[in-house]
Amino acid sequence: MSTPKISVRDVQKIFPVGKEPFVALGGVSLDIGDNEFVTVVGPSGCGKSTLLNILAGLEQPTGGTALVDGKPVTGPGPERGVIFQQYALFPWLTVRENVEFGMRTAKVPKGERRERAEHFIRLVGLEQFADALPKTLSGGMKQRCAIARAYAVNPSILLMDEPFGALDALTRVRLQEQLLETWSKERRTVMFITHDVDEAVFLANRVVVMAARPGRIAEIIDVDLPYPRDEDMRLSPEFGALRNRVWHAVYHQRQIKEPAK
Amino acid sequence: MAVTSAGATRADNAPARPRKNRTFLVLNIISIVAGIAIWWGLSLAGLQFPTPAEVVSAAWKMIQDGTLATDVGASLGRVLAGFALGSVAAVIVGFVMGWYTVARGLFEPWIQFFRTIPPLAMLPLVLVLMGIGESPKIFVIFLAAFLSCVISTYQGVVNVDKTLINAARVLGASDGTIFGRVVVPASTPFILVGMRVGLGSAWGTLVAAELLAAQAGLGHRMQSAQLYYDLPTIFVGIIAIGVLGLIMDRLLMIAGNKLTAWQENR
Repeated sequence: MSTPKISVRDVQKIFPVGKEPFVALGGVSLDIGDNEFVTVVGPSGCGKSTLLNILAGLEQPTGGTALVDGKPVTGPGPERGVIFQQYALFPWLTVRENVEFGMRTAKVPKGERRERAEHFIRLVGLEQFADALPKTLSGGMKQRCAIARAYAVNPSILLMDEPFGALDALTRVRLQEQLLETWSKERRTVMFITHDVDEAVFLANRVVVMAARPGRIAEIIDVDLPYPRDEDMRLSPEFGALRNRVWHAVYHQRQIKEPAK
Repeated sequence: MAVTSAGATRADNAPARPRKNRTFLVLNIISIVAGIAIWWGLSLAGLQFPTPAEVVSAAWKMIQDGTLATDVGASLGRVLAGFALGSVAAVIVGFVMGWYTVARGLFEPWIQFFRTIPPLAMLPLVLVLMGIGESPKIFVIFLAAFLSCVISTYQGVVNVDKTLINAARVLGASDGTIFGRVVVPASTPFILVGMRVGLGSAWGTLVAAELLAAQAGLGHRMQSAQLYYDLPTIFVGIIAIGVLGLIMDRLLMIAGNKLTAWQENR
């Protein structure tokens, strides 16, 4: 196998909280291949967002290395797009201006910028709202705009931090299907954080189950269901079996006893 | 449909709003007319007030001989100069304080200290140091506007949503770009609130400063009218100060609403 797209080597993150440091990540190793869709699921405090932030270059590990295309991550970079749970759209910019933001910082000429923004706005189905301000959009539309904005700088990796976590169940399912559709047209390596087991199984090639205290990988489960995936697949027995496995791995985790004082 | 049922939809409720606003406006007008009537009544009943008619004729005389325009011009000139200088300085210092921890540590004690002193209390010192020209008055107004606005600007910079900054960073923005395209627009609402408070404070300080030391201006006019027991002129001064203050505040509010129309919950 060639070099993995993302390679996490024994990454540790320890926060100094009072006398007893909090181990957010206690030596995590993980390889993600090119154009793979990996979801990371786990209880809160398992360090899944920390892992994503380290890959995004927004946080530094206290130990180990995170490699992207074989090079260590030292800060944010245009080859890694990030989508946040809180959308993080610039409220004073229209949908189009938000999508163009990254291209403007990259000094993409105006004509090309327009064209690419147009393309990705259409890809997420917001063409009628291109000149609307974020405050006029629903949560689902905001997140679609954020997805278009991340795609527009043409990253080879998308890091998604519980992007659908704040949405209602129905919108969430729709956006999952749309995301897969977008992904099938514009293949990228995706790392998608969630706490929703169904979502994790529905989207992924592989589900990484994490456990807390210390933050670690508990189990990696391959999802060998074919794409495109749809509602029927969600209701199929194969899907059910996988979901049960992931569910079990997430909710019946063995606690590592901390040494008594 | 004066009574809207609890189950009424938003669309049903929508037309009620302009009507409510109109009722409000009518009440405002009634209140103003009644206030003037009471004032008139009191002055006729032997209180030492001038009647509204006397005040209007005093105002008319001051308009015709040009004194009102001169006074208003002098007062507005001072307040706008001081306010503009104070706001610009406050925005710059506020941004620097919010962006650089070192600057925050250096500036903060002085700003907190001077904030507790009414700018007018600085006037005797400033008069001694700067003489009796325009500069001491403009300086006190500058101080009033600056101190009101600087903390607000600084708070705006500190409170910029961290996620927005991270979003800009992962989109490849440099520190300079983040400052110009994220921090500045995100803190605009705070700056505008600070400027409104600053303008109110500047206007109040100005008039008081003119009462103490000036050769022209609304405060000075009232001060000299006091010597001659000229109550109508004093009334004209008070009303002019109120009306001008209100107009400036509204103008700033309208400009602010235009600039921050993107805000979510307004």
